[in-house]
Amino acid sequence: MTQPPGLIWLLTAVATILVIATLVGAALRARLSPEGDNPVIENLNARIAAWWTMVILLSLAFLAGRPGVVILFAILSFAGLREFLTLTDKAPSDHWALAASFFLILPLQYWLVGTDWYGLYAIFIPVYAFLLMPVVSALRGGTQDFLSRVAETQWALMICLYCTSHVPALLYLQIPGYEGRSVILIAWLIFTVQFSDVMQYVWGKLIGRHKIAPQVSPSKTWEGFLGGTATAIAAGTALYWITPFTPWQAAGMALVVTIMGFFGGLVMSAIKRDKGVKDWGHLIAGHGGFLDRLDSVIFAAPIFFHLTRYFWSAT
Amino acid sequence: MSGRLMASLSPALRAAAAALTGRAISVFARIVTAPRAIWAGIEPVPRQRVYFANHTSNGDFVLLWTVLPRALRVRTRPVAALDYWLTSPLRAFIGRDVFNAVLIDRRPESRTDDPVAQMARALDEGASLILFPEGQRNATDAVLLPFKSGLYHLARQRPGVDLVPVWISNLNSVMPKGEIIPVPLICTLTFGAPLHLAPDEAKEAFLARAEAALLALRQDPTT
Repeated sequence: MTQPPGLIWLLTAVATILVIATLVGAALRARLSPEGDNPVIENLNARIAAWWTMVILLSLAFLAGRPGVVILFAILSFAGLREFLTLTDKAPSDHWALAASFFLILPLQYWLVGTDWYGLYAIFIPVYAFLLMPVVSALRGGTQDFLSRVAETQWALMICLYCTSHVPALLYLQIPGYEGRSVILIAWLIFTVQFSDVMQYVWGKLIGRHKIAPQVSPSKTWEGFLGGTATAIAAGTALYWITPFTPWQAAGMALVVTIMGFFGGLVMSAIKRDKGVKDWGHLIAGHGGFLDRLDSVIFAAPIFFHLTRYFWSAT
Repeated sequence: MSGRLMASLSPALRAAAAALTGRAISVFARIVTAPRAIWAGIEPVPRQRVYFANHTSNGDFVLLWTVLPRALRVRTRPVAALDYWLTSPLRAFIGRDVFNAVLIDRRPESRTDDPVAQMARALDEGASLILFPEGQRNATDAVLLPFKSGLYHLARQRPGVDLVPVWISNLNSVMPKGEIIPVPLICTLTFGAPLHLAPDEAKEAFLARAEAALLALRQDPTT
């Protein structure tokens, strides 16, 4: 499968950014942490190393085409759901409902996305899964904390399956004049949102002073938020020529996805705070869990999908 | 997998099949539970040890075995109940060949060998052990069942060996007793500081200390 030139260009640019980041990280370590004893520098280098892995995996999935992207996000959903349900309220009577989330609902949702059955995948989880799962739990008895158990499980599905599956769903949008290039929509979305996360981190570390929601996340500051989203909107706008958008449309879309990305980080931090943990997991060195890295993309994806579908898609 | 097929395998083939099965079980355990080892109080170095853990599932020793570094794993043998692991050819293959378990008989009236002597022999051969001092799977609401005395007798007979408490969290939610399909959830294994029997420590005092050391690892380590 030949890749559209815009994608090659974007991946090369990302690789260049990572090369520079790697060199800066190595220089900072040589200067400030030669014994590996500065936790901030070590965490920065671990994050950069993990970024390489994530970018390479994503590139391989793009190369493999639609099945590759659908399978990659199904795996990410699995890992995310595993992290989320580890922290939720549950009872032994929920066992079948929980097992069904992983082994029935997850594969079905991604199969529906992979076969482009929009009418069903858009409602499958909110209608069928949400109505039937509590039935399974109720039939097995156990009413203690029933509502909170059901609600927490449903939110896990909403975040980790439903929202996440809208990233590969972008592949199937039919945009006139943009045929065969929809994979770039995914690359642009992930790049813009993640770049916003990174730049919020950088701006926050450099000049962050006024906290936005100190009780939820002490690391989110107004300076970081404004600087990060502005930088990412500028980058996303500059990339308008690889998207189906005009420069102004690209700027508007970048504004929406970076703000949704910020909200995602905020809400997921509040959940972590509520459950008394710092990170969702431990599998991505320097970042924490899969959900720690994906929270912003998860919140941005469905909105980006529906805006693009409503205003640009032919179907 | 019939018993006859197992029995007819040549020893080399059987060993290869066991190694492969062990690897497959480990990969499966990793996919389902993404197990995380926290070495809080001891390092994963090749010293002879008795790991003692809480017991809520048959997957407990598999998980503990999986998170050990390979060099330690090959020398670590679980202590398991003969009356469970020898009831079918497949279980016997997994218990004996794959995990090289020290199979002890929990029924005093029928056993021909003393469990503590069996464990001491395994230690003398250079193995480390995985032991569940509760003696049975804990299906109750209690956090931990009272320890059986085996750990004390072993500590008295082999005083030089490190006794390492390991708290396994969440595995009872992954696979509650009686369920067949596991729910993938992240499990954490916390390794604590090693214990030794004090020179004139009584049995009850030592067992209480071992229980307390294990329970102390229980608080959520992610915070």
